[in-house]
Amino acid sequence: MTTARPRPAPRTGAPSEQQDSATQASPSSRAAARSARVDPTPATGAQSLVRSLEAVGCDVVFGIPGGAILPAYDPLYDSTIVRHILVRHEQGAGHAATGYAQATGRVGVCIATSGPGATNLVTPLADAMLDSVPIVAITGQVGRKMIGTDAFQEADICGITLPITKHNMLVTDPADIPRAITEAFHIAATGRPGPVLVDLPKDVLQVQTTFSWPVDMALPGYRPTTKPHGKQIREAARLIGEAQRPVLYVGGGVIKAGASAELMELARETGAPVVTTLMARGAFPDSHPQNLGMPGMHGTVAAVAAMQRSDLLIALGARFDDRVTGDLSTFAPEARIVHADIDPAEIGKNRVADVPIVGDAREVIGELTAALRGSEASSPDLTTWWNQLNSWRETFPLGYDEPADGTLSPEYVIERIGKIAGPEAIYAAGVGQHQMWAAQFIGYEHPRTWLNSGGAGTMGYGVPAAMGAKVGLPDTTVWCIDGDGCFQMTNQELATCAIEGIPIKVAVINNGNLGMVRQWQTLFYGERYSNTELGTHKHRVPDFVMLAEALGCEGLRCESRDDVDRVINQAMAINDRPVVIDFTVGADAQVWPMVAAGTGNDQIMAARDIRPLFDDPESGGADEVVTNIERENEAR
Amino acid sequence: MSTHTLSVLVEDKPGVLARISGLFSRRGYNIQSLAVGPTEEQGISRMTICVSVDEFPLEQVTKQLNKLVNVIKIVELEPATSVQRELVMLKVRADATVRSQVLEVTQMFRAKVVDVAPDAVTVEATGTADKLSALRRMLEPYGIREIVQSGMVALARGPRAIAANR
Repeated sequence: MTTARPRPAPRTGAPSEQQDSATQASPSSRAAARSARVDPTPATGAQSLVRSLEAVGCDVVFGIPGGAILPAYDPLYDSTIVRHILVRHEQGAGHAATGYAQATGRVGVCIATSGPGATNLVTPLADAMLDSVPIVAITGQVGRKMIGTDAFQEADICGITLPITKHNMLVTDPADIPRAITEAFHIAATGRPGPVLVDLPKDVLQVQTTFSWPVDMALPGYRPTTKPHGKQIREAARLIGEAQRPVLYVGGGVIKAGASAELMELARETGAPVVTTLMARGAFPDSHPQNLGMPGMHGTVAAVAAMQRSDLLIALGARFDDRVTGDLSTFAPEARIVHADIDPAEIGKNRVADVPIVGDAREVIGELTAALRGSEASSPDLTTWWNQLNSWRETFPLGYDEPADGTLSPEYVIERIGKIAGPEAIYAAGVGQHQMWAAQFIGYEHPRTWLNSGGAGTMGYGVPAAMGAKVGLPDTTVWCIDGDGCFQMTNQELATCAIEGIPIKVAVINNGNLGMVRQWQTLFYGERYSNTELGTHKHRVPDFVMLAEALGCEGLRCESRDDVDRVINQAMAINDRPVVIDFTVGADAQVWPMVAAGTGNDQIMAARDIRPLFDDPESGGADEVVTNIERENEAR
Repeated sequence: MSTHTLSVLVEDKPGVLARISGLFSRRGYNIQSLAVGPTEEQGISRMTICVSVDEFPLEQVTKQLNKLVNVIKIVELEPATSVQRELVMLKVRADATVRSQVLEVTQMFRAKVVDVAPDAVTVEATGTADKLSALRRMLEPYGIREIVQSGMVALARGPRAIAANR
């Protein structure tokens, strides 16, 4: 297995703007493979699987072989279309598929064996479910006769993943394999995207069957609505025409629908402020004057205040997540709601919508702009609103203080990476303080350049997701902004990166602690730091530079502000292997602004002990601060 | 909270029942009764699900159910415009001294005796939940040894049918 074989080179592909990416716009080889019509030919189940993957347009799978999936790895060895990347842990395969999908817009694929191989996919599947990422997981299963007998490496993975997949299926008839794969990719990529798992018993892969292509899907219960209702669009346009304080509340659905250009038109047409949620960073350029930044728990004061004082929220592909709304009963109390989403179940789930619109964000936004342009009514004057917004923005800009103890500022490091690598690079983050800083202090100009685990908050997402993104877009610089806690969960995939030629750059924002938890302990638990110190400072265990080198990467360290640019530039110059930089930063930096969990958004603290008072519309708040953090509203 | 009856057409595939019951439990809704059976169309089953929720969560339930790939159609059946039936079998303690009284109650409810033993009769009845609980109350004084009751099945009144293909 070690001899060099011709391998298909990683393919370059521009991020697809297609929502239905599995069946549209893809590099020519895939298109050619897909259009190829195959009359029924004899094949094993495993051959049928690999040929189906080739035909459906899959160019790369991340996985690890094992007993039950072994038959599939034999024909995979011969495929010149599907590149298999051998990861070090199945969780890495799952997040890599997610990173690939989020960066390219195409369906990401991961593969694992039965039992523990499959259960290791549970976390990435749940992650992809909550962030609506189109991935397909292929798992081996014990032979059909063994199912239900507690056989070796048996796990009921369909049962286990039932609530964390958009759909899953156990294939019991080898003749069904091409249809199962077709359906899996279709379900993953269309409607509200999500993960689909296909479970294949070993003997189904081994037996003789026939392969033919294409196959008809049999999904009588699956009919996503993409085209919005004209009446609702007109009603939304009417409300926009009346609103004095509108806000375009943009969620990840806008990126998934490839609707950034349409959003720009709508923003121009309405003149309304835009807020981009954690999942939507990059959907609208940060440099655009109408962009107020990110709303929510660690959002900008301007974005949070704009929503709180708005009289009309136009929610586009967003889902009123608790991290955005804070306490629901006090969220945007004066706002009427236009809620557009492709998933009807999201509309009215958390906040009642005055105008519900079910449809694909691109179609919805396009039609909304057209309706506004066609309307006779003159657009409202938003000058007063913008004066207010600008006052908030100027009084409470995002910022940070240099650490008083002279340690390196993590925010500064992240800001500099963003400046030096620029808006064309892709940034994948782990989960925690560094994730929030990366969302705040890097300027995003393009969709699909910010990858993170928003809904699930999966620590360890960063490294494998960056790997997947780099595989999908090999000519793009991919940075992983990670924490020292997250990094220790999945850094084994750097071995994969080193061996498979996937030169990502990892910035470990090493503050020696589980920083976000520590921040909460500082604020809400009387500075009792129970089990948050990792020893990566005190004992330098692990030594991230040595660890990087052991994993076949370049290892760098940066401990002072003066060194930051030099080290980042050094990393930027290395493209023949992955780079890991241990940015040894201070432990006391905190993420601000902050809305404490369970409190209302009006309780936002711009910085510790500084609370803007929105109740006085004339107040910028500079000399009106509340000096006691409200401990009765502590995190739950 | 009120009880709602949902008529759900689903693909007849393994695991569909688990998907549906799992959805109810993980979203915090309680199924009162559930009945599954074949329909006029091959490969399609009908589930009749009684659930007690408020109006608003009900909308969320149906929307979440609709997202299941194997669910084809959901219709809420109102008691006034649908026929709703349950089936019960009661094994009643009845020796020769009270058997005729038990039979009398059975006839009043247009129920049937489907099995008889020297000291017991088994009564079968169909009807609405109200009727069946009335029957049960009437038979309780004699001693009920065992009860089995089905989930409710329901069909809309009038000529129109809930068809899978709209």
